[in-house]
Amino acid sequence: MYKDIIDSVGHTPLVELRHLSRNPEVRIFAKLEGYNPTGSVKDRIVRYMLDAAEKSGELEAGGELLESTSGNTGIALAMMGRVRGYKVTVVIPENVSAERVQLLKLYGADVIYSDRDKGTNGAVEKALQIGADSRYLILDQYGNEANPRAHYETTAEEILAELPDVDVFVAGLGTGGTLMGVGRKLKERRKGVRIIAIEPHPEEIVDGLRSLSDGFIPPIIDLDLLDGKSVVHSLDAIMATRELCEREGVFAGVSSGAVASCAAAFSEKMKSGKIVALFADSGWKYLSSGLWTLDADELGDSLKNMIWW
Amino acid sequence: MGVKVKIPAMLRRLTEGEATLTVEGATVAEIIDNMEADCQGISKELIDSKGEIHRYVNIYINNEDIRFLDKLETSVAGDDVISILPAVAGG
Repeated sequence: MYKDIIDSVGHTPLVELRHLSRNPEVRIFAKLEGYNPTGSVKDRIVRYMLDAAEKSGELEAGGELLESTSGNTGIALAMMGRVRGYKVTVVIPENVSAERVQLLKLYGADVIYSDRDKGTNGAVEKALQIGADSRYLILDQYGNEANPRAHYETTAEEILAELPDVDVFVAGLGTGGTLMGVGRKLKERRKGVRIIAIEPHPEEIVDGLRSLSDGFIPPIIDLDLLDGKSVVHSLDAIMATRELCEREGVFAGVSSGAVASCAAAFSEKMKSGKIVALFADSGWKYLSSGLWTLDADELGDSLKNMIWW
Repeated sequence: MGVKVKIPAMLRRLTEGEATLTVEGATVAEIIDNMEADCQGISKELIDSKGEIHRYVNIYINNEDIRFLDKLETSVAGDDVISILPAVAGG
């Protein structure tokens, strides 16, 4: 029994994917973070960031929170803000799925849009401008140590409890919190474990950036902790997401498709062992996009240039 | 011959608008040097004063970040495709 909905975050299922591995000596397991209360891994970090801000006194009763997000962090923050009595405003790029915005609004968040051709980097920039107004507290998922700590203390512990002999951990790179937190704990406990990051190809999403130096690496990321990093095109990720549903019965979000396809490719490079792939969310928030229903050749530009991570 | 290099929108002012270049070279470093000959200024967009790839830039060979291969000394050949991209956040 949980004392409230926030208390129920975590303890997500670790599920073997029996058809994905391309090597009979390599087993692949998915950590299904879509089972969290608002449907994504971000429930873990928002709970930790809120707890830390309350403890330090930065966040007081009735406080106002502002956060830039591509969706999931904002949704988690909106829900938890409602439960704990904080007003939540999020800055989000225009080109995210309709369900992300619907969920933000149903949990009571104020939504401010950022330019579609600047990607999530544009939302970060805009939130910093708006946040200059001191009535807002920005928890800042990109720079907040409570983000990786949530994964160090919960996600990694859950994985180790069920699969202490994990050899490879694969996850998407957004803020880097999952990879840093889980990566650090696994490297302490399991010699030789490899940590692999998967990134979305920005396609034309960031064509509105003025210069390459508008590229954004979150401060919490230490690239030295990673053993590999690959980029996946949106259309490849979408096809892999459909395949997960068709072959494994796992209804996951697009970043999970990308992570799954890289885990499958990585199994070929290994002699034997166990891979854990973290699936950041489930498929519900993407139904209206036509992701599962459009023909492959209809997926085209509109889906390619949406933000999925 | 040569290797295909995909240029992001924000660098195309240096490539006369070209989105893809074909460049000779056996390593990424050689390719960047050879690009610099035709597209002056592109090298410092990618590499800092210490000779390392800027933190906010990602260079991939066939989808693998070269930081985790042999960095700028990563060898390239034949059908390899090099992509230059800004680092992108998510969450």
